[in-house]
Amino acid sequence: MERDDLIVNDSYALNAHHDDAHGKILRKKIYFVTILLSLITAVEVAMGVMFKRGDTFTWTAIKWTFVALTLVKAGYIVMSFMHLGDEQKNLRNAVVAPYVLFILYLTYIALTEGFANMAIDNLMH
Amino acid sequence: MSDETNKNMSKEALWGGGRSPFGVTYGKMMMWFFLVSDALTFGGLLVAYGFSRASSTEPWPIAEQVFRALPGLDGEYPLIYVALMTFILIISSVTMVLAVEAGHRNDRTSVLKWMGLTIIGGAFFLGSQAWEWSHFIHGGGGGFLLEHPVTVEGDDGITYQMQAGDVVYMDHHFGHLMEQHLNGNAQVVLEAGHGHVSLTDHSDHGHVVELHELTINKYVAGETHVEGFKMYELWESRSDSYTFGANLEESEYAQQQAFSDFFFFITGFHGFHVFSGVVINIIIFFMVLKGVMDKRGHYEMVEKVGLYWHFVDLVWVFVFTFFYLI
Repeated sequence: MERDDLIVNDSYALNAHHDDAHGKILRKKIYFVTILLSLITAVEVAMGVMFKRGDTFTWTAIKWTFVALTLVKAGYIVMSFMHLGDEQKNLRNAVVAPYVLFILYLTYIALTEGFANMAIDNLMH
Repeated sequence: MSDETNKNMSKEALWGGGRSPFGVTYGKMMMWFFLVSDALTFGGLLVAYGFSRASSTEPWPIAEQVFRALPGLDGEYPLIYVALMTFILIISSVTMVLAVEAGHRNDRTSVLKWMGLTIIGGAFFLGSQAWEWSHFIHGGGGGFLLEHPVTVEGDDGITYQMQAGDVVYMDHHFGHLMEQHLNGNAQVVLEAGHGHVSLTDHSDHGHVVELHELTINKYVAGETHVEGFKMYELWESRSDSYTFGANLEESEYAQQQAFSDFFFFITGFHGFHVFSGVVINIIIFFMVLKGVMDKRGHYEMVEKVGLYWHFVDLVWVFVFTFFYLI
C-alpha cells in the first residue's frame, strides 16, 4: 500500500508556495467557483419564489433539488475554497467521513422520530 | 523516501516525530478538527429544527411569507433580502480565498487588499443580519386573536371558517400604529364606526391611516385578504389579545414558539461566528500589516483564519436552504 504520511515534494503545508503563473491558473479556478455558487443561489431563490409550497409532488421534488444543490455548493466550498481537495487523502477522510456518517444517522433518526411524534399527537387529538 | 530529509524543518513543526501525519502543520490540522466539531454543533441545531418541524401539529410558517421585506421599500420581495445576504457572504469568502492565494506568493499588498475586503463583507453581513432581526422582532404589522368563530369569504373566493383564537393580521401601516395605540400612546386615536375604522396619529400632523383590509392565513399558506363588510365583522370579533412581532415568549408568525426560537438561536449563533470571524480577521490583518508573516516566511496564519471564514460561509449555505428555502 502506498504510504501518504510521508512528506514529499511540496505536500507539506508550509511549503505550499507558488509563482505568478501558477497563481493565475488558481485565480481562474476561484472565479469559476464564484460564478457557479452565485448562479446556484440565484436558481434556488427563483425556484423558491416561483413554486407554491404544499404537499404536492412538485414541491417535494423541489425540496430534494434544494438539498442536492446545497450539497454541490458545500462540496465546492470545502474542496475548492477550503482546499480540502488538495490535501492528502487521509486528512480528507478524517474530516469528512466521521461527519457524514454521524449527521446522516442523526438526520434519519430525528426525522423518523419527529414524524412519529406528530402522528401520535394527531391520534390523541 | 529521501525527500523528507531534504526539508530543513524544525522538529516541533513536524510534530516532534520527524514527520507530519497529514502533511499539514499541527495548527492547521487542529483548525480542521475544531471545524468538524463546530460543524457537528450546527448540524445538531439544524437537525433539532427538523425534528421540531416534523413533530409540529401546528402549521409551520413559510419563510418566504415571513422574510419578504427590503429596507426602505414598501412592497413584497420574498427571499430577496436573504439572497442578498447569502451573496455578500459568498463574495467575502471569495476575497478570503484570494487573500490565501496571494499569501502563497508572499504578496503582502494583495493579502492586505483582499483581507480588507473580506472584513468589509463580513461587516456588511452583520449589519444586514441586525436589520433582519430588528424587522423580525417588530413584525409585519401584527394581528389580533378572534373572540368567537366567524365565517368569511376571502378575495380568492373561498369561504373560511375562522375559529376563536385564530389570528387575523393587520397591514403594517395600520398595525404598527395600532400597537402604539394599545401601548397607551394618547397621540394615536382610534375611530371606529359603521363601515369605518381609522387611526389618527396626532404626533405626525394628524396623519390618518384607514383599515382597508385584513389578512388571514398570512404566514402558513398563501395569504388571503378580506375586505368590505366581512372585514368589519372580523374587526368586531376581535378579542383583547393581540400579537406583534416575535420575542422569546410570543410570536405573530405561528401558534407555536419553536419557529421564532430556532430563528433566534440558529441565525444568532451563526451571526456570533461571523462576528468572531471578523474580529480574528482584523487581528490577522494587522499582523500582516506589521510584517509578522514576512518574518515567518509564510502566510499560513491567513490560511487558517481563511478556513474558519469559509466555514462560516458553509454553515450559512445550509441555514439558507433548511431555514429559508424548504
